Amino acid sequence: MAVNTQPIIHLTNVCKSYGDQQILKDINLELEAGKFYTLLGPSGCGKTTILRTIAGFTDATSGQVYFDGQVINNLPANQRQVNTVFQDYALFPHLNVAENVGFGLKLHKIAKAEIDKRVQEALSLVQLGDFGNREIGEISGGQQQRVAIARALVMQPKVLLLDEPLSALDAKLRKDMQYELRDLQQRLGITFLFVTHDQEEALAMSDEIFVMNNGQILQGGTPVDIYDEPINHFVANFIGESNIIPGKMLKDYTVEFVGKQFECADAGMRPDEAVEIVLRPEDLDIVPAAQGKLVVTVDSQLFRGNYFEIVAYDNDHNEWLVHSTNPADEGTPIGLTFDPQDIHVMRLHETEAAFDARLEQYEDD
Amino acid sequence: MQRKQRLSRNTAYFVPYTLWILLFVIAPVLLLIYQSFFNIDGQFTFANYQTYFSSSTYLMMTVNSVWYAFLITLATLLISYPTAYLLNETKHPQLWLLLIIMPTWINLLLKAYAFIGIFSQAGIANQFLSFIGIGPKQLLFTNFSFIFVAAYIQIPFMVLPIYNSISELKPSYVNASRDLGATNWQTFSRVIFPLTLPGVKAGIQAVFIPSLSLFMLTRLIGGNKVITLGTAIEEHFLTTMNWGMGSTIGVVLIVAMVIIMWLTGGSGKRHARKGLTK
Repeated sequence: MAVNTQPIIHLTNVCKSYGDQQILKDINLELEAGKFYTLLGPSGCGKTTILRTIAGFTDATSGQVYFDGQVINNLPANQRQVNTVFQDYALFPHLNVAENVGFGLKLHKIAKAEIDKRVQEALSLVQLGDFGNREIGEISGGQQQRVAIARALVMQPKVLLLDEPLSALDAKLRKDMQYELRDLQQRLGITFLFVTHDQEEALAMSDEIFVMNNGQILQGGTPVDIYDEPINHFVANFIGESNIIPGKMLKDYTVEFVGKQFECADAGMRPDEAVEIVLRPEDLDIVPAAQGKLVVTVDSQLFRGNYFEIVAYDNDHNEWLVHSTNPADEGTPIGLTFDPQDIHVMRLHETEAAFDARLEQYEDD
Repeated sequence: MQRKQRLSRNTAYFVPYTLWILLFVIAPVLLLIYQSFFNIDGQFTFANYQTYFSSSTYLMMTVNSVWYAFLITLATLLISYPTAYLLNETKHPQLWLLLIIMPTWINLLLKAYAFIGIFSQAGIANQFLSFIGIGPKQLLFTNFSFIFVAAYIQIPFMVLPIYNSISELKPSYVNASRDLGATNWQTFSRVIFPLTLPGVKAGIQAVFIPSLSLFMLTRLIGGNKVITLGTAIEEHFLTTMNWGMGSTIGVVLIVAMVIIMWLTGGSGKRHARKGLTK
């Protein structure tokens, strides 16, 4: 990142509490202009609160919210250059589609012809060009979703906040909207901050993801970084599916688990440090038992369409999840192999800053 | 067989209600209409209606009734809407609502007599006015006290429906409005008020219609200075014994109520508007 790039949104040490309950604990967040960001976490983790803090619907208990370099903590919501797409869309039922989209423009005393033109453009952008005269109650959930997006985009915000906007749609429509949102963001070049609890959605759409839990940002990075190098048990578990096994880091690039030593790609830990190992199910290949680095016994399997999901156990009763294009026989032992770089080693209780520092240090070697 | 039984049992549940409606709503209205076509000597005639619509006294009374009902409704609305709004913001709205509803448990006559005491020459209102140096004033038997007491009595019936529609309003509507740049006033006038209009309409119905036929308060508090249709009906039935004329006024009032219900009722918030534009 260039040194002189001003982040469009910058949160420093933002905390939020209701009474004794701490919703946000020391949130630091930087968003660059023109990127697609996602706040990902389970419900109640505080992701929506961050969104509301940026939109101005709620105040931070402490800490600063910057927009384009200016502190906006005390700026009321109606004067902020951000717009929100709400989870329940919040379309005004007493106005029709065009009136909803034109609501914000009308407040700004813009000439009627100009309003009509911009409303039409915004509706065309979300492929609802002919829907202006429809009532909100007459259109489907997916169409309401698009109207909500058009209503926010017509204001030409610098940042668009999206609060789980796809959660009410069915699976097929949701996939379509993921593509469309991503496409829209790239065409318009607006910064999107998207909130979701759906990790697949986050991985598919984002330039950068912030994984949250319990009011904290645990890890931020590109989808690939976060998937390949989760910082801790929670992130590894939350993003994708994983086998997480206790182990011991004997020395740099050598790790021990299930009683065996393996070559790995991680370093920078204390000798004999207790660690956790992540092996993704799709990185495990099935081979005859004699050739396997590990030998496990197949317990059950499910056909998932494009792969078989196999659950197996080793002699220490660790559960192993394997994704394979070929079926296995239940009750029979199979061998599993994997490459050294498929092993991801996680230290216990490592902070994101320490993690990044260690990564940089041993990658420089 | 079983279904038939259940059906007949369900119909049985309607019997008390149907009887009630027949005996106490439909029959009296029919009787009233029937009676309005007879003069004081028991002869069939249209004269009552002729009198009503040609006599300046009755027309004046009608105008008065509508005007005062309007003022009472307006005063009630101006007090009730902010009350309902604040109620929704409080931590224990149900408790406050109970406190607002509580006065309706007390008999109307008792409340009227209480106000006679409060507004009398030596009453607490005048004591206060004397204390701040602008009293005592004639409060009782004025139009002001009539509207004041009538509004006081009607407030709970206005607060309830408005509170219901405000509490049903999704908070995200308000956030969305502010998000799109609306000031607090714009949010109120363009989002909150239009969306709570059904509650306001229900409140207006609940207050305006009974206010049209108030008669006890006009006498006890208003000092009979304002003669409304309610007073006229009472006079005809109890004093002049001209039941025909009293019934005629009753029929006119019922027709007025139907018109008001039709005007404020609509059929859903959106359809009324669509009917106009398409």
